Amino acid sequence: MMTMTTWQAVATIAAVSLGTMLTRFLPFMLFPDSRRPPKTVTYLGRVLPHAMTGLLVVYALKDVSLFSGSHGAPEAIAILTITLLHRWRHSMLVSVAGGTIVYMMLVQLVFA
Amino acid sequence: MALLRTAFRAALPPTLPIAAGFLFFGGSYGLLMHAKGFPIVYPLAMGYVIFAGSMEFVTVNLLLSAFDPWAAFLLAIMVNARHLFYGLSMLDRFRGLGWKKPYLIFTLIDETFAIDASVHVPTSVDKGWFMVFVATLCRSYWFGGITLGWLAGGILPFDTKGIEFVLAALFLSILLGQWDDDRDRKRDDGMRSRSATTNVMDSARPHVPALVGLLVPAACLALFGPDRFMIPAMTLMMVAFLMLRPKLEDAGGTDAVLNGETR
Repeated sequence: MMTMTTWQAVATIAAVSLGTMLTRFLPFMLFPDSRRPPKTVTYLGRVLPHAMTGLLVVYALKDVSLFSGSHGAPEAIAILTITLLHRWRHSMLVSVAGGTIVYMMLVQLVFA
Repeated sequence: MALLRTAFRAALPPTLPIAAGFLFFGGSYGLLMHAKGFPIVYPLAMGYVIFAGSMEFVTVNLLLSAFDPWAAFLLAIMVNARHLFYGLSMLDRFRGLGWKKPYLIFTLIDETFAIDASVHVPTSVDKGWFMVFVATLCRSYWFGGITLGWLAGGILPFDTKGIEFVLAALFLSILLGQWDDDRDRKRDDGMRSRSATTNVMDSARPHVPALVGLLVPAACLALFGPDRFMIPAMTLMMVAFLMLRPKLEDAGGTDAVLNGETR
């Protein structure tokens, strides 16, 4: 459940929206007449997207504790499942659905 | 009216595969928001003003943590930094479209970028309206998914405990897909220009961005803890990439799709 007040929630969503919109509108503000962006920018444009996905994976797993509770076992099993499903079907839908269902079953039935 | 109809007819087919994905992920997001006790107006409003799937999922966590709008703002920029580069590639395409231009920028996401940048629109079809319809269709799939997922949350016959793992599952499967893309690109590259000597270093090189993205944040998480690792991780990743630039740039060359060099 949310611990924030409604206004804090609205401010948080507004901050996320502003940050997101900045990433969308900034190129068009910086290069209004289609000026060529500098090399460093295009280089970062190539390497950053794939790195940010890694960061998001770590972010999504940040509260997993390896030293207490179930020692990250349900997470590890679900990650293995997702990797195998990916190898097998190469479908994002199948991997995500399969991994989440396995995780939900593990935390509700096995590690409950 | 005929102008609108032909543009809509051209825009619908390429968005259909996205409809399946958005109904599923929007549905998961709606379900997650329901499980965390949010009224439906929250996911719908977030879908409207953010409209960036990953960040909407992350925002669920933000809303459940301590109030810190500045960190939320910075995180949104870093997570969505790829939009900057989509924008750079769309500078030409969005030029001279009047009121449609700000709408197209407002709704720019991975999927609309992929369609707008790759689909060959016949000359009989108005390009501006085509892209506007691609965006509105994608948005309606997303809102539809959210609504269905949230409503389903109230009548599901099973416990939704653990549903939050959908976030990690989503990011991990995106990462796995990108990992394969990197490897395939490397293979093409090797066939064309490189000698047969493929050592470990060489085969690891296309994965360096993904590895930096995993290892730097993991190290920062161990050092700074779950509540304070994001900003140092993002900073160190930028530093790492600027330092690795001489090594990574000569290997890049072939994938100029995102930086607009192909157009």
